[in-house]
Amino acid sequence: MTSERIPPTRFALWRQYGREMSVGVFLVLLVGYFGTTPGFLRADNLRDILINAAPLVIAACGMTMVIIAGMIDISAGSALAVCAVVAGVTSKSGASLPTVILLPMLTGAVIGAVNGWLVAGVRIPAIIVTLGMMSVLRGGVIWWTRGEWIGNLPPSFSAIGRGEVAGIPTPVLVAVGIVVATALLLARTPLGRHIYAVGGNPLAAARMGIPVRRVLWLVFVMHGALLGLSALVYASRFSVIQSNAGAGFELLAISAVVVGGVNIFGGQGTVWGSAIGGLLLQVISTGLIFRRVSEYWAPSVQGALVLLAVVADALRTRRARR
Amino acid sequence: MKRIIARREAVLVVLLLAEMAAMQSLSPLFLTPDNLIEVVRQSAEIGLIALAMTLVIITAGIDLSVGSIVGLSVMTMGMLWEDARLPLALAVPFALVAGALLGGFNGTLITAVGIPPLIVTLATMAGFRGIALGMSQARSIRNFPEGFLWLGQGYVAGIPVQVWILAVTAVLFHLALTRTAWGRSVFSIGANEAAARLSGVPVNRVKMQVYMLSGFMSALAAVIYAAHVSVAKPDAGLGFELTAITAVVLGGTAVSGGEGGVLGTLIALLMVGFLRSGLTLARVPSEAQDMMVGLLLIIVVAIDRWSRRAGRE
Repeated sequence: MTSERIPPTRFALWRQYGREMSVGVFLVLLVGYFGTTPGFLRADNLRDILINAAPLVIAACGMTMVIIAGMIDISAGSALAVCAVVAGVTSKSGASLPTVILLPMLTGAVIGAVNGWLVAGVRIPAIIVTLGMMSVLRGGVIWWTRGEWIGNLPPSFSAIGRGEVAGIPTPVLVAVGIVVATALLLARTPLGRHIYAVGGNPLAAARMGIPVRRVLWLVFVMHGALLGLSALVYASRFSVIQSNAGAGFELLAISAVVVGGVNIFGGQGTVWGSAIGGLLLQVISTGLIFRRVSEYWAPSVQGALVLLAVVADALRTRRARR
Repeated sequence: MKRIIARREAVLVVLLLAEMAAMQSLSPLFLTPDNLIEVVRQSAEIGLIALAMTLVIITAGIDLSVGSIVGLSVMTMGMLWEDARLPLALAVPFALVAGALLGGFNGTLITAVGIPPLIVTLATMAGFRGIALGMSQARSIRNFPEGFLWLGQGYVAGIPVQVWILAVTAVLFHLALTRTAWGRSVFSIGANEAAARLSGVPVNRVKMQVYMLSGFMSALAAVIYAAHVSVAKPDAGLGFELTAITAVVLGGTAVSGGEGGVLGTLIALLMVGFLRSGLTLARVPSEAQDMMVGLLLIIVVAIDRWSRRAGRE
């Protein structure tokens, strides 16, 4: 923290992270609410929630950067499927562990580079680019796999998603690492500051000499690589990979980010909020199962939660402006 | 300005003709009246949605919830008919009103609360679909009476009923957009919302009407779709938003708002329909068709950007 920041007062932490902390409080309340259902608060269930939330939290980190930069990516679910299939096929071919880990990330980065080039280079709006890519990638992956599932995955592959280090499940460890790394990147590096500047006001950022287009392109590349990692963690937990994997995943990732308080107009928010948002969505989805609420209602709950978060934000900024 | 739009539509017509020639060379069955009529029939439901989507996008907005409104309004109709024993003559208007109200819900959050349309409709896309699935517990409703099925399967003067409906609505939309003060206010909102507000355009009211219209047209499409496939299912309309937005953008309506028109949307809708039909006749699998439609969207918009930049230099 440098001296140019707001001088520490009693409420400094609240002023800086108030939005994230209120989501955190909401998460605790929610766990308490579902905790009254027998079995919900058992250690193995809480552990499952963390493991299940890991792919979402990892993807939400990339999506946070995209949204802070004032962009959007609705092809994330399709990109996840492509990367998951790449991971499965690489692993089945008997490639070494580093290859199995790096190739999906590389695939994701290449997809991100194409999206980023179309957005920053050709200057097509991100919503159109990723809308097109959504069907290109989904169509491509189904065509490639002929709609069949990829099974018979080697045990070394499943070990990635089901393993643990010092008693902590690998997916959770990876997710925590990515959250911390993204947070540091956004808060402590020039690139991070540029991402906020570009999302806050692209024209002003360009006048200040920030290479706006290169920053946008890099954001998409990093987001793509994180999607690759998310796909690896996601796919290695199951014994088969389906070509319809990740359908609707883009909605979940965007929801996590928006619920976590990242400004949808860009320029504001932190990855901590998105991580809590991702966890919150997973707690709700598991909690509803414990409450025996029919799974069909789940999308409504998710949609209502997003609306609640954005309406609250809109009312709060309106009051602050007065 | 007008000349630029007309030129854009001329380019689309040329592209459409070239595509039809290419498809004919792929399969001699392509250029038969039966096949062409069938393609238009298949496109009619999404066409109705795309007409309203054109207006939404001209105001610089977007509506991702249209597919879910299809699902929710078709189940409203189906359950009123089967569970509440209402005659379809009442259930159908109810469904149309429900669609308009769902669009009004989007419109309220967009205009009164000031949340971006992308986020509002992304959330209601999940929300409305969840309500459709939850209230029906994912069952389907069948055995609709013949008179109702006529809406989606009947013919008038050799042309399918829904094609007539699409044609009449398209003319109405075109006239409303190009010949009325209301249409001009839709364009002015998209071109510069602040300026429109200052010059006395009732911005919030017009935007509200546009989103309600989008909901209403989705419900109309839902009713016709149910009559077309003889079943009401809560997952009806899944992915319709993608095809509709693709048609609008391909048709030359700018996502940044302020320019475009329904003629371009209709031509682009036929382009996508003919492309799919031709590829199906040539035994290209549907997932490869999805890829090509996505690529078509990106390529056409990219060419548009490049030519505009070249024109400026």
